[in-house]
Amino acid sequence: MFSENEILETIDMLDNRNLDVRTVTASLSLLDCIDSSPKKCADKVYDKITRVCKDLVPVCDNLSARYGVKIVNKRIAVTPISIVGASCGDYIGLARALDRAGKALGVDFVGGYSALVQKGETDKEAEFLQTIPQALSETDIVCASVNVASTKSGINLDAVGKLGRIIKQLAYNTREHDSIGCCKLVVFCNAVDDNPFMAGAFTGLSEGECSINVGVSGPGVVEYEINKHPDYDITGICELIKRTAFKITRMGALIGEQAAKELNLSQGIVDLSLAPTPAVGDSVARILESIGLSKVGACGTTACLALLNDAVKKGGVMAAKRVGGLSGAFIPVSEDAGMIEAAKSGAITIDKLEAMTAVCSVGLDMIAVAGDTPAEVISGLIADECAIGMINGKTTAVRVIPVYGKTVGEQADFGGLLGSAPIMPINTASPAAFINRGGIIPPPVHSYKN
Amino acid sequence: MKAIVSVMGKDRTGIIARVSGEIASCNINVLDISQTIMHGNFVMIMHVDVSAATVELGALCDRLQDAVKDWDLVVHVQHDDLFTHMQRV
Repeated sequence: MFSENEILETIDMLDNRNLDVRTVTASLSLLDCIDSSPKKCADKVYDKITRVCKDLVPVCDNLSARYGVKIVNKRIAVTPISIVGASCGDYIGLARALDRAGKALGVDFVGGYSALVQKGETDKEAEFLQTIPQALSETDIVCASVNVASTKSGINLDAVGKLGRIIKQLAYNTREHDSIGCCKLVVFCNAVDDNPFMAGAFTGLSEGECSINVGVSGPGVVEYEINKHPDYDITGICELIKRTAFKITRMGALIGEQAAKELNLSQGIVDLSLAPTPAVGDSVARILESIGLSKVGACGTTACLALLNDAVKKGGVMAAKRVGGLSGAFIPVSEDAGMIEAAKSGAITIDKLEAMTAVCSVGLDMIAVAGDTPAEVISGLIADECAIGMINGKTTAVRVIPVYGKTVGEQADFGGLLGSAPIMPINTASPAAFINRGGIIPPPVHSYKN
Repeated sequence: MKAIVSVMGKDRTGIIARVSGEIASCNINVLDISQTIMHGNFVMIMHVDVSAATVELGALCDRLQDAVKDWDLVVHVQHDDLFTHMQRV
């Protein structure tokens, strides 16, 4: 039925090449928890999460044992709390409820302390944004995100300005631990409703009651396959990546299908992203180097990332019934051994990373900058990322950590999957006058497609 | 329901006997078996029917690993859907 080579290849991928399921995320609607009483709303949120997702961790553990596949994280994403809590107004209380519920179930993170303000904020959303520094510094496993731009709506420069200040405040609030709070906040352009990865996961308003979304991790597998073929031309490499991505995605699809079945929940999407970890042999940067760059960050890096991202999608789309989330290549600096090394040596810069975000699935992710970086500079960085996303009709994001009390030459250590990040130099020429104008940058003319 | 049992590591006398004995004691039938020495390593792959098994796959893996714990061997027990999904279009 299967050849020995097929069996051994599969086992080798799982045992030696760091192939695993990065996350099984239950994406849950909390719209029916809305209540004008803070206590009732928090209780409803806590009760619904712990009721609907109570078997998430044990079912995943069971699937791991059955298939011999590591499921590294079990996570929960919820409806943006800025909406769920608008009636009661007690956002911090809801953050605490999310934190308690996640801990009761033994999940790693709960995402969805979020707001969608790409076209403007409601009064309640404006209040919500100001609670983010407190919410993320007083809870452990809650993640937040704010969508400040989209191809259809433009860029909300008021919100961009606010987020620069919020990130700085959050960095200060969590200064005892290298400003780790900022690792739990993502600023998006074109955020998606079904992303299973943190910190940007939330359950969009278009989603159903509860779905199981899966993210896989397989950069080590892709690197290993490419290294076996130094003789292939680039077309051959693209085909190889495609075929490998098929196998990786199929594994994720199987787990997602079985998890949904056993939890009696809807089967959601598979996110095709190749998600790295700081472990050796689990790096997207090393894939780029195996394609033929002496060091990630060299000229040619953007081209290699573009072909990788595209080939992964082509192979993955064939492998899963439904594909979604971010689906591409992640380039988080602190969560990728090859990126950490390149950032430390200066081989890769923020400017190059910005170019790479035009072709990869995420954005400027897990980048540490000096603690005294002005808020307006961070806002300028966000505005640039939003422009790339808005004009190109793709998701882009910024997860930047201005590490309080540290500067270029030093390192922030977050631990675990969050890894460690060398502080990277950033151009601090001031964009303050631009940011402080406020208003909305209108959407591009090509967004008017009707 | 079918699974793949694989055993890999240092070759020695008695591996097949010990592993298949343990499998039989769990009421599991062996449908297919292949065993080779590859680059000096013992490699055995068994396709087994676990429909009437008295233990879950995870527990079976633990039992088999335990049965050969004094030997330099790694055991995997995996539902064969994993291989169908990954290796077939």
